[in-house]
Amino acid sequence: MSSLAATLSDSVVITKRNLIKVKRVPDLIVFSTLSPIMFVVMFRYVFGGAIGGLPPGVSYAEFLLPGIFAQTVVFGSTITGASLADDLQKGLIDRFRSLPMARSAVLVGRTVADLGLNAISIAVMALTGLVVGWRINSSFGEAVGGFLVLLLFAYAISWLMAVVGLLVRTPEVVQNASFIVIFPLTFVASTFVPLETFPSVLRTFAEWNPVSAVAQAARELFGNFPAGAPVPDAWSLQNPVLYTVIWTVVILAVFVPLSVRLYQRTATR
Amino acid sequence: MDDAIVVEGLVKRFGETTALDGVDLTVAEGSVLGLLGPNGAGKTTVVRILTTLLRADAGRVRVAGLDVVDDADAVRASIGLTGQYAAVDEYLTGFENLEMVGRLYRLGRREARARAGELLERFDLVDAGDRPAKTYSGGMRRRLDIAASLIARPRILFLDEPTTGLDPRSRLGMWEFIADLADGGTTILLTTQYLEEADRLADRMVVIDRGRVIARGTADELKAQVGGQRLEFTVTTAAVLPDILARLRGLAVDEPHVDEQARRLSLPVSGGAEVLAEALQRLDGHTAEIVDVGLRRPDLDDVFLALTGHAAEETATDDQPVEPAPTGGMA
Repeated sequence: MSSLAATLSDSVVITKRNLIKVKRVPDLIVFSTLSPIMFVVMFRYVFGGAIGGLPPGVSYAEFLLPGIFAQTVVFGSTITGASLADDLQKGLIDRFRSLPMARSAVLVGRTVADLGLNAISIAVMALTGLVVGWRINSSFGEAVGGFLVLLLFAYAISWLMAVVGLLVRTPEVVQNASFIVIFPLTFVASTFVPLETFPSVLRTFAEWNPVSAVAQAARELFGNFPAGAPVPDAWSLQNPVLYTVIWTVVILAVFVPLSVRLYQRTATR
Repeated sequence: MDDAIVVEGLVKRFGETTALDGVDLTVAEGSVLGLLGPNGAGKTTVVRILTTLLRADAGRVRVAGLDVVDDADAVRASIGLTGQYAAVDEYLTGFENLEMVGRLYRLGRREARARAGELLERFDLVDAGDRPAKTYSGGMRRRLDIAASLIARPRILFLDEPTTGLDPRSRLGMWEFIADLADGGTTILLTTQYLEEADRLADRMVVIDRGRVIARGTADELKAQVGGQRLEFTVTTAAVLPDILARLRGLAVDEPHVDEQARRLSLPVSGGAEVLAEALQRLDGHTAEIVDVGLRRPDLDDVFLALTGHAAEETATDDQPVEPAPTGGMA
């Protein structure tokens, strides 16, 4: 077997293993679908009336949903770190490392399975969104592009979380630690409210925050940001798809090799 | 006979601590080596290095004729590892666990499934085979774990404390499985803190303490190092011990040991059953106070105590006042 084919085959075995867990532990799927539904409904109806400053012709539901998509997939990716830490704690990583399998397969299988979970989350949120008034106003191709940008960025974040999981080694701590980083990253952004209301320092951070770009990219691709709306000042938000792709590539280029390296050296203590 | 495992001058440091300080050992093809030592002696570190999980700071390790660093993948293909944790995925069923590991050893789908079925049968897990491993008892998890490490029929098997935490019945069962494997020609390196376990399963033993080898040989050789046989008497009341000792002192070939707390007298002797008969004769008329008489050979616990100055299992130290090595001056 060539080494690429072997890596693929091993990764498929691991992905399958991780998806079996999703099937056997319904809590996982319940949490990754219920909390997004809760967010959609809560923001739409609790804050929706109070949030202004939207581009003319855009309803809050249309503005909100791409933001919620972005926030949810980034949160969803934290599971990668927690799951790896769990495998490490239970001695499973030792077992895998003692097998003649591809070095990257455990990580590829993990991130791919988590991508699958995120895809399910987005699907559920999109359906909920349609119920509360969100609409896709673009072509089929653009809409697919919107979902792809979201999932691609989430996939990159999964690899970042893989490094965190392998370093931190305790699932609960991974959850808490990532919360501290992910929460500001997804809230100090144009996910839920327009940036115009932010104080200046926070606004600059939010403009260059990749999560804002992901949300903005999704808005453009779903047609939730009409052509006539005022163009944002920052380059990152004028070219959100490109900016998101750059971030994704950089994150992957750094964290894929780093996590594979860490994986090879790590062992249960 | 070729050596399946050759370890020379193994050194491993973790920061300031030297975990292994020049360990040498060899394991002949098809034999069982017991690696003994108290907690923290470095047993698991040795296993981790030999199974490619950890890199040594110095020394050379060949497993199945291959260097563990340069040929790590080929080494992994010829070994099986059962670590201290039962490394099974608790959400997968027993069958799924075995199939997964089989696939990762690069067995074809059909072969992985066939082997999984065989091993479930062999390890008495057929009924539990389609239940998630979460529902298994500790003993069942261990058996599944060992089954997983055997799926690709490895030539060399590493078992790191395979019976720690098992109840006595599961432990006996596990011993039978391991003895069967050894009979089948698998080379086994087994670590344990239970001397009885090593005595029963291992052809040869290496004793390590604080990262160094302190003794090696067969169980008999190790016992011979510690000393010969002893005559032991346990009595109803410590008050009669001096009298008994006075009658028997002439039979001792070395300093006798009196343990008042245990109401026990222990005499190093030579001559076997004849000495026992002679002793009983000398005690004529005093046997009413004696509850137990025995001719004992040192067991591995004695070996351990004599070699390391502390007992094999840590819990033994903080109990009662520590009994000096029963073999007295021989240690």
